[in-house]
Amino acid sequence: MDICRRKSVIEISELDPFLAELLRQIPASANPDGAPAAEQRIFSPPIKGKATEFCAEWKMYVEPELRRLFQSATETVATDLEQLNGNEKSLANRTLRIPAKHSDAWLSALNQARIVIAAKNKFTENELNDHCHSPIGSRRDLSLFQVNFYGFLQEFILRELRS
Amino acid sequence: MSCGPRRDGACLAQIKEVEEITHVSNEKAGTITTAEPTIEKETQSEEELDLPWQVVVHNDPVNLMSYVTMVFQRVFGYPRERAERHMLEVHHNGRSILWSGMRERAELYVQQLHGYLLLATLEKAG
Repeated sequence: MDICRRKSVIEISELDPFLAELLRQIPASANPDGAPAAEQRIFSPPIKGKATEFCAEWKMYVEPELRRLFQSATETVATDLEQLNGNEKSLANRTLRIPAKHSDAWLSALNQARIVIAAKNKFTENELNDHCHSPIGSRRDLSLFQVNFYGFLQEFILRELRS
Repeated sequence: MSCGPRRDGACLAQIKEVEEITHVSNEKAGTITTAEPTIEKETQSEEELDLPWQVVVHNDPVNLMSYVTMVFQRVFGYPRERAERHMLEVHHNGRSILWSGMRERAELYVQQLHGYLLLATLEKAG
């Protein structure tokens, strides 16, 4: 896999079917539905301790806005990922072109996905910081790899935004 | 913010004026005199009134350090060095106070930080 910036496009080329599939899973992975821990993390309380009235107002007025914001980012990413539609064979050596103006949506969707996966798997800080993890041998290993892969993409996009 | 202004007893100076007007009748003189009104003021302490609200960001093992720095720069307009200092404080101490001031603005900041998926809360200083 190669990743670089070409003018107003971030290009991820020479994608193998495995990484292409991981990319295609971003929108689904970002969805916290059915995972209370993930939902609680994505929509964390605005105040610590007891402030039930304030939290209730927050839930009523702010949370729907946040949901819309997150959904909009995921939809943008899903549209970009349509370039990778096809079967496993056709995914070999594919190139994904992300418009630079979609960078914020990608950062958000990748972050949502990383947070949801980490919450669902209850990854510890040590696990998340272990970038020399042994080969993928379980579903949990795969999820950890996914979190790290998405983190790598985030780092690249952030670097491009800074430059 | 959609929540609109919040009426918080702690934020508002409550000044209660009780005027007691005593009517005293003077039968001999056949006149009615009105005593001076008593004005009773109930205020909260100056310290309470000045108490600002703080925007606190808490440590989160998932968010990337570079991402958190970028968010601090964007939301608060801090220069990179200051944003990094706060990011490192969150990383090492578990939390950092990013801003303090009026409650409504603090709420807006917390909402923006949640929009970037950071763990942020609103706290009363002191």
